[in-house]
Amino acid sequence: MSENKKWHSLDLGLNKKKEASGACGCGKSQGSCNSQEEELSADEFYEAAINASIGDERQRDGFEQVFDVKMDRRTAFKKLTASLLIGAGAVSTSCSVVAGDDTKEKAQIDWEEQFKGNYKLMNDEEKQGTINRLMRSYELRTGKNISMTAENAEEDVLFGYAFNISKCQGYMDCVSACVEENNQDRNSQMQYIRIHEMKDGEGFKFDKADDNYYHEVPAEGHFYLGTQCFHCDNPPCVEVCPVQATWKEEDGLVVIDYDWCIGCRYCMAACPYDGRRFNWSKPEVPANEINKNQHYLGNRMRKKGVMEKCTFCVQRSRKGKNPACVDACPTGARIFGNLLDPNSTIRWVLENKKVFRLKEDLGTEPKFWYFMD
Amino acid sequence: MSQFKVLKSLVIDSLDTITKGSIKYHIWMGGLTLVMLIGMYCYFIQLDEGLSVTGMSDSVSWGLYISNFTFLVGVAAAAVMLVMPTYILKDIDFKQAVLIGEGLAVAALIMCLAFVVADMGGPSVLWHMIPGIGVFNFPNSMLTWDVIVLNVYLFINISIPFYILFRHYQGKEAMKKVYVPGAILSVFWAVAIHLVTAFLYQGLQARPFWNNALLGPRFLASAFAAGPALIILVLAVIRSFTAFRIEDRTIKKIALIVTVAAQINLIMLVSELFKEFYAPTHHSESAYYLFFGLHGKNALLPWIWTAIPLNVLATIMLTFGKLRNNLKVLYFCCFILFVAIWIEKGFGLIVPGFIPGPYGKIVEYLPTGIEIGVTLGIWALGAFVFTILAKTAIGIELGELRYKDKNSSAS
Ligand code: SF4
Ligand code: SF4
Repeated sequence: MSENKKWHSLDLGLNKKKEASGACGCGKSQGSCNSQEEELSADEFYEAAINASIGDERQRDGFEQVFDVKMDRRTAFKKLTASLLIGAGAVSTSCSVVAGDDTKEKAQIDWEEQFKGNYKLMNDEEKQGTINRLMRSYELRTGKNISMTAENAEEDVLFGYAFNISKCQGYMDCVSACVEENNQDRNSQMQYIRIHEMKDGEGFKFDKADDNYYHEVPAEGHFYLGTQCFHCDNPPCVEVCPVQATWKEEDGLVVIDYDWCIGCRYCMAACPYDGRRFNWSKPEVPANEINKNQHYLGNRMRKKGVMEKCTFCVQRSRKGKNPACVDACPTGARIFGNLLDPNSTIRWVLENKKVFRLKEDLGTEPKFWYFMD
Repeated sequence: MSQFKVLKSLVIDSLDTITKGSIKYHIWMGGLTLVMLIGMYCYFIQLDEGLSVTGMSDSVSWGLYISNFTFLVGVAAAAVMLVMPTYILKDIDFKQAVLIGEGLAVAALIMCLAFVVADMGGPSVLWHMIPGIGVFNFPNSMLTWDVIVLNVYLFINISIPFYILFRHYQGKEAMKKVYVPGAILSVFWAVAIHLVTAFLYQGLQARPFWNNALLGPRFLASAFAAGPALIILVLAVIRSFTAFRIEDRTIKKIALIVTVAAQINLIMLVSELFKEFYAPTHHSESAYYLFFGLHGKNALLPWIWTAIPLNVLATIMLTFGKLRNNLKVLYFCCFILFVAIWIEKGFGLIVPGFIPGPYGKIVEYLPTGIEIGVTLGIWALGAFVFTILAKTAIGIELGELRYKDKNSSAS
């Protein structure tokens, strides 16, 4: 690739001739070799996390917890502002005789959460801290447990996606699998994936396509094409965010810290692919439908007034599994994998099919390709 | 220390002036307060239920708030058109008008910030944007640039008139070498706030309607028409309700500025229309939607077809010196020009940027009652702030407000 490029271009390391990362040679398209082991450890880890987070704090009262937290980069500020802003409230909670331990703990968690830093800049310990708090807070509020993880990107992994237009029949199983997997708001019927139904022989006429059909599929004389966030390699949405609440991870996933987002919706205006969704009101998911295997950057519960979008199911993909849409697709139209792994299916598709991407002229370099049989 | 005493007495005196006035004044302020309260009530509903109470959606994700924000940045920037001749070209004529203009800029900026906050999904975590405490994505995000330039501009526009009034309050002359550098800076700054705000939209490759090189310059031209037009109207009101003397000459000079800016604006409009409609491409769809509607969806037609004729009419009338010099006609022209540009630079600019969506989907936008309530509330807030500023300034300039202290004789 030329040294002085005028615009950004995706580097798959094809010229680097690096050996496949030795850890796993099974190719990730069929679920992964280490997924089971990971799942087990998630539970164990969860136990450990609960112990770590509240084990020795159970004996202390809320006031002590608040003023006894370990000093870190942000603590100085936290204490200052927090005590100024909601100090009064918390002190009254801690001093109150009637308030139970739970109430105090809840107050402390809320406090810490309100003034924590940007996830992007946290070290592993801080990340662990915040997911522990979030899990505990969920338990305190609902009496139920969730498992939340904070796996970081693995080395030598760059996730990519390919969509086979010839195979897709418009069943939309991917859409419902996505909604269930990612705990999307049921009230507003938020969906990350859109399936565009287009007429044969007219080419890609997105403006004439129907992405909200309710008839039997596949409809005669139509073909289907799915869109979602394309995890651009040069994402305009990331550039514009005033607070770096959204960014590109090492493995190519474009993610959002829901707790850091201020809800300005600038990223939404900047995305050329309709990839982002906003929580216009408080998102609601029936308690029995909540997916409890969560990742901080992925499908954990959102709040109103923040942005969210497809994360290639970070909670699954970083455990070596396929995103929910890939597994749900009955036709095999969806292919997901590690672009840096020469043995992966996605690499085979890129090398052997005539692939293209949408709006390539914008220089966003999506990691989402389309192809036909 | 003595400065603090003066300041304290200034605050007390100005509180005194702004709470006293004619019946009409009290009705005006009372009315504004009422509208502000209604706006606040609407805002609380919005805080409680989320932005779903507005007409915005995933397709049209910015609406009335951001439209007004954009327009008001222009109004704020327009104060510069009066500052320049007064301070730098030494055109004494404008001196009175400048204080009013800068007061207007302050009020407009406060409204801008209020509109931005009203538009946020999470106002409680706005501290994430404070440099040093939060994470400020500078220089990548144009929004951070905008936050910086707007706040600095606000600071400049508060400090210059404050310094002048503070000196006058003590019966002293304001020293030129103190405020002129600030005034010159504010001239450049006004252009900056406008260009940066335009770049906010212009830099998005996802929205072809905004992603054109003319957006910034057109912003400037329309702002320098709408802003001074508003100043003329305000001066007219002040002239008839207070003893503050504003000469016809001043108003006519400002009218000239409005005229030239409106003419340039019109030329750019023609250029824009030519590009969109002579050889239409996919990227012209938004313009088609704005001017003619698309696939039977035409919510913006009544708006834009009000704005364009008003704009053209006002510009033509202003162009003829005879008409322009007739104050009654001038006020009328200024009013319709102001309305026209409010529509064009607000609604007509922001909403079509989102329509059709990235995949050609057309979802229309209409503001809801709550949104309109909040918007009116913020406008009332602006008017309220401006009235207070103007009343104090006028009091000081007329010599009604003076610092009385026996110990310190004027030095
Ligand atoms: S598709 Fe849109 S949201 Fe996703 S990375 Fe690209 S620009 Fe960002
Ligand atoms: S809505 Fe959130 S993620 Fe998007 S630009 Fe604003 S702060 Fe960043």
